[in-house]
Formats: sequence, structure tokens, C-alpha cells
Amino acid sequence: MGNPLNPKQLRRGGLDGVENPGLSQPPWWRNRLLIPWLVQALVGFVLLLLVAFLLGNLVRNLTAAGLLLSWRWLGQPAGFDIAESVLPFQAEMPYWRGLLAGLGNTLRAVSCGLIGATVVGTLAGMANFSSNGLLRRLVRVYVELVRNIPLLLQLVFWYFVVFLSLPNGLAALQGPGVVLAKSGLYLAGFHNGLHWVGPQLVNDVWQAPLRLSVEFCALLVGLVVYSGAYIAEVVRGGIASVPPGQWEAASSLGLGWLASIRHVVIPQALPVIVPGLNTQYISLAKNSSLAVAVGYADLYAVAETTLNQTGRAVEVVILLLGTYLVLDLLISAVMNALNQLVRIKER
Amino acid sequence: MGNSVTRELPPGSLQRCKDWLRKELFATRLDGLLSLVLIGSILAALFGLLRWALLQANWAVIQLNSTLLCIGRYPIEQQWRLWLLAFLLAATAGASWGLLRSCRRADRPGLLWPRNDRIAAAVLLAVCLIIPPALGLSIAIAGRWLAIAVLLMAMRWLLGRIGRRLGADAIKWFALVWPVIYLLGMVLINGGFGLTPVASAEWGGLMLTLLQASFAILLCFPLGVMLALGRRSSYPLLRWGSVIYIEFIRGAPLITLLFLGQNILGFLLPGGLAPERVWRAAWVLTIFAAAYLAEAVRSGLAAIPNGQMEAARSLGLSTAQGLQHVVLPQALRVALPVMVGQFISLLQDTTLLSLIGLMELLGTARTVMANPDFLGHYGEVYLTLALLFWCCCAALGLGSRALERRLDPHHLPNLR
Repeated sequence: MGNPLNPKQLRRGGLDGVENPGLSQPPWWRNRLLIPWLVQALVGFVLLLLVAFLLGNLVRNLTAAGLLLSWRWLGQPAGFDIAESVLPFQAEMPYWRGLLAGLGNTLRAVSCGLIGATVVGTLAGMANFSSNGLLRRLVRVYVELVRNIPLLLQLVFWYFVVFLSLPNGLAALQGPGVVLAKSGLYLAGFHNGLHWVGPQLVNDVWQAPLRLSVEFCALLVGLVVYSGAYIAEVVRGGIASVPPGQWEAASSLGLGWLASIRHVVIPQALPVIVPGLNTQYISLAKNSSLAVAVGYADLYAVAETTLNQTGRAVEVVILLLGTYLVLDLLISAVMNALNQLVRIKER
Repeated sequence: MGNSVTRELPPGSLQRCKDWLRKELFATRLDGLLSLVLIGSILAALFGLLRWALLQANWAVIQLNSTLLCIGRYPIEQQWRLWLLAFLLAATAGASWGLLRSCRRADRPGLLWPRNDRIAAAVLLAVCLIIPPALGLSIAIAGRWLAIAVLLMAMRWLLGRIGRRLGADAIKWFALVWPVIYLLGMVLINGGFGLTPVASAEWGGLMLTLLQASFAILLCFPLGVMLALGRRSSYPLLRWGSVIYIEFIRGAPLITLLFLGQNILGFLLPGGLAPERVWRAAWVLTIFAAAYLAEAVRSGLAAIPNGQMEAARSLGLSTAQGLQHVVLPQALRVALPVMVGQFISLLQDTTLLSLIGLMELLGTARTVMANPDFLGHYGEVYLTLALLFWCCCAALGLGSRALERRLDPHHLPNLR
């Protein structure tokens, strides 16, 4: 501070070199070192107070209601049935088996949805660059239509309007190895070892090795159509980010359309597409919780029933939030690994 | 060359149409085949839809329940308050529109009724003339809707004429009318100050949807900006607090958060302090939207070079002033399309309230269809809701694009 050319003193016109600690030393509330600590201490104190207040209330209210945190109820028999589940489940099994069956259903819907939405989205995204003007406009209409209508509305539309109005019995929609009826989607498959069996009508009821419920079908179609539109936009953006000169360079090297897409455009578009896909996949996983609206017993639906029966609100919510968080992190981890893989390697 | 140019220039519209069709639809043999298949399926789908809509659908379910879908079970003797609010909103909207148009701009020199405005006015009047008879509303109600539209256009015309004389500050002052109207609307809907209170359990339909969406949009904005600034702060506590908040909220499905709000909020607050169900949902929506908005704003902040803040500081502005006058205006402009996208999805997310038993638009529709008289008329109701949501969301998107153009500094030379 003894330096006569100290910028603080220059600003105050104090060039005469007179030592004046009251002027050159900033007051404590403007101290550069102190402020960050003060601000953070204040914010931390307020946050701590808030958390303590909420937790204190929680403990007091839960004690009063006799619902203090405990996990013993997970072992009690559930008493409700799950219409369809990947994992076997009956009403006399404990709650944790029911929640696990719900998680299995969620994972089935999410994994099928991811595959379907990726296929639909990629095709629709590439159709934006078709030479056919009608196809291009049709894809725009699809994207604009789907993105401006709430997903929940679309799901109930698919379920109540489309799938529940399907005919049953002989009038059902039939294709080779596939039958779509109001009672479900029947697929051909192996029966009793190595017999390839298609859907058959037995006593006016369809039977097949593989049956998917209409609830699952409605959820899957809804999720695929909805996420497909968003993924189409991600794919379109990725392909559009490749400069047109790259296409021209590829064709001037003698590569055909397919070869230039495969070897030139996709490797450059993927680093742009993958982060966007990550976001869409995570939102698909979260959106699968809307299954409750179409009566598909996913994790959220089972958790809601569990809460209604046991009243264990805090535990159920912790389980729900934790599971979805883990699911998101899992998808993120896989997509980040993929991102590393598709990164353009430069020498 | 000259010959070919003169030969190509004058072709008639028929020839041009043919050329366009050939280029767009029949460029190659494969394209031609694809086009034919697509045209065939589109025509078949349109024909099927029209046949269903005109012959099979029973639109009485919409006609008889239009009031329910609009405002839910709001008591009939208090509905004048909603009409009053509609008139106030129309007057304010018309006045704002007129004021915005009355100030002269470089790209719209002195034109009071540009083409877009004429289209908007025509659409508005057409909607107010066609929808009420289509819904089978009584003459008195249809007349009120027409009066609302006429009031809007009249205010638009009046302020467009006299707006210029009010000076440039008029717009700034007029912007303050909107929060006043919003608070007044809350009082009108809720009651109090001498009005009969209407319990929030009786609000419903489109009114509740718009109320929830507007409440969450208004409140999530400041919260989101603060979180975005916190996430970019150099103070570790603020940064980590914001990161944990944002990532926690973004990692959970909205339905589980709404579930949390309905079931646990009552335990977290001392007895009797917990808000009613409608307001719990509104706060959860706000908290949810703030996390997503914070990410949008953060992307905008990241696009502004550090030099902007340094320049502001070297001009003698404090950090807060630099943020307020230099960094945030630019960052918010960059983030605008993403933010509006978030607002649109927030409007769509209000449908999830029907899953926790609130009577917003979709919830009301479900009660309508649970009525034995209208059992099975899912298609009519859901298509109507879809159309309504589509129009609202598409209008927001259009507005966002117009605002983007208006705020783009490269598009318009600054006249000041």
C-alpha cells in the first residue's frame, strides 16, 4: 500500500503519497476476500435453517401420524394383483416383489420404446432430406402435430379411441403371424420347444405364444410416436450441421448416395446427434411413468397403489425418485460412452 | 443463353405448376411411386376422418359440456366475474397490441394495419362468429363473445390511432397494467374483498389449465434466472446448491413430483399451513419448470463472451448492474427460443394434473366421459382437446418466432 502509484489512490486523486489507511484500505464489507465467505455463509445458514425446519416438521408430523420412517412394510403381503408383468407376481407376494414387477414393466416399456422411437425418429429425420417434396412436408406435419399436443392426451387417445375400439374375435385385424384385437396383440412364436405357432382362434378367443396387452401397445405406440418426433428433429439438426460441401466432396470422389451417407455424413453428424438423443432418451424414460393413465402397471402405478394401501408416502416417494434417478443416470452413462465412441478422432 | 432466359421467363402459371410438381413429386421413378402411394393414403385418411366427423361422431357431447370444459364447476351465479375478467383481458390485450403497432419502426414505416394484423383480426372475428353457433350457445352468450372481440379490436384501433401522441414512455407504463390485471383476475376468480369466495376445488376446465400455466410461467422465470446465475457463480456453495437442485428436479418425472407435492407437502409444513391441492400443484409446476428454465438461461449465458462483463465492469458498472444492463439482456435474447419451448411444454404438462385428481381440461373431460350419457364418446372429446392445445401451443411458437425477429439486432438497425 505504500506504492504511490497504487490504482486505488490514483482513482481518488491521492498522488501526493500521503499514507491514509482510512482511504486506501477498503471497509470490511467491500473486502474482496471476505465477501464470498460472508455471502456463502449467509446462504448456507438460510438453507440449513430451511432444511431443519422442513425436516423437523416432517419428523413431528410423521410421529404424530404413527408413520415414522420404516421399511418393514415392504415385506408384508401386497394383496393386489398386477394384470401383466415380466416378473411373476401374485397378490400374496410382498410389496417389494410388486414394486420389482412394476420396475420390470417400466423397463420393458422403456427398452421397447427406445428402440421404436430411434427407428421412427431416424427415418423421419432422414425423410427431411428426401428429394420427394410431399414426404418432406408430411414429416413436417407429423413433427408439428405431435410436438404441439400433450403426450398424456396422445396416450389416452391411442388407448381409448384407437385400441379399445378394435374388434374382437374373427373381426380382429389379422396379418401373417400377427393378430391385433381388442384383447391384445398376438404374435407368432415358438411353442413347447421348437413348434412355430401362429395366433389361433379357440372358442372365439385368440391364443398365441406371445401376447401383448392393449395397454402396453397403447403406451408403446404413444411413446414411440411422441419421442420419434423429437428424435426426428435431433437427427435433422445433426444432418443439417454437416456442411453441404461435404456431400459435394463425397460425390466428387465418386461415392454414391448411400456410401456418402455412411462414410462421410453420418460420422460427422453423430457427434451432434448423440447428446440430443441422450436428452430424448431420458425424457422417454421419465414419460413412461404416464403409463398409469392407460392402465399399464408400471413402477409409478404400482407405487401409487402401494401408497394408497399402506399410507407410507415418504418411503414410496423416496423409492420412486431414487429409481428414476438411477434409470436416468444409467441411460446418461451409456450415451456418454457412445459419445466418446463417435467423437471425431483427430490426429 | 439470352434466348433460353427469355424462353424460361414468361411460362404461364400452369407450366410453372407442372414444373414444380415434376421437381417436387416426380423427380425420379421411385419418387413418383412414393408420391402416388402417399397421396392415396392421405386421401383415404382424410376421407375416413371426414366420414367419421360428419356421419358417426356425436358432437352433442361437446355442445352440452362446453361451459364445463371452459370453467369447470364454477358457481353459475358468480360467472359474471369471469365475464368481467374476459372483457378486461380483451381490452388490455387490444390496447397493448395497438400501442405496439403505433410506434414507428424501420421495417414497418407508419403502417397501422400491416398484413399480419389484418389476418389476425379476420381470424379473431371469424372465430367469434363461427364457434358460438357451432357450440349451440344461446344468443346472449354468443353476443358476449362477439362483444369481447369487438372490444379488443376497438381498443386496438383506438390505441393505434392515439398511441403515437402518448410518447415512447407509454409502452413502459402500460406494461405495468398487466401485473395489475393478473392480480385483479386472481381476486375476481378467487373472491375476497367483498366478493363471495369460490373454493379452488370448484375451479376447473380451460380456466384452471391457463391459470396453472400462467402462474408457473410467471414465477419460474425469476427463479430460473437466479438458478442459472447460481450455477455459473464462482461461489462453490451457490454453484453446488443450484446444480443439486436442477439435476434432482430434472432427474425425476413430473408425475412423481406432483405425487410428492400432494402426499408429502402436508407433512413438511406445520399443520394448517399447507396450501390447498390446486396451489400445491401450481407450486410443484413452478419448481419443476424453474429447473428446466435455468438450463435454458444457462445456455444463453454461456453464449455471451466474458468480455461483455469485463467491458461493463471497466465502464464502472457493478456486477449486478453489468448483469442487469449488459449480460442478461443478451443472454435472454439468445435463450428465448428454448425458453418459449419450455413454456409450451409447461402448458402441455398441466394435463398431468388430471392424474392427481385436479379438474383441469383433461380432468374435466374425463369426468364428462364418465357420465353415462356420453359414455364412449372419447374420440370427439379428445380430438377437441387436441385441437385446443395444438392451437395454443402453435400460437405460442408463432409468437416466439415473431419476438425473436423483433429482438434480433442484426435484422433491424437500431434507430436510436
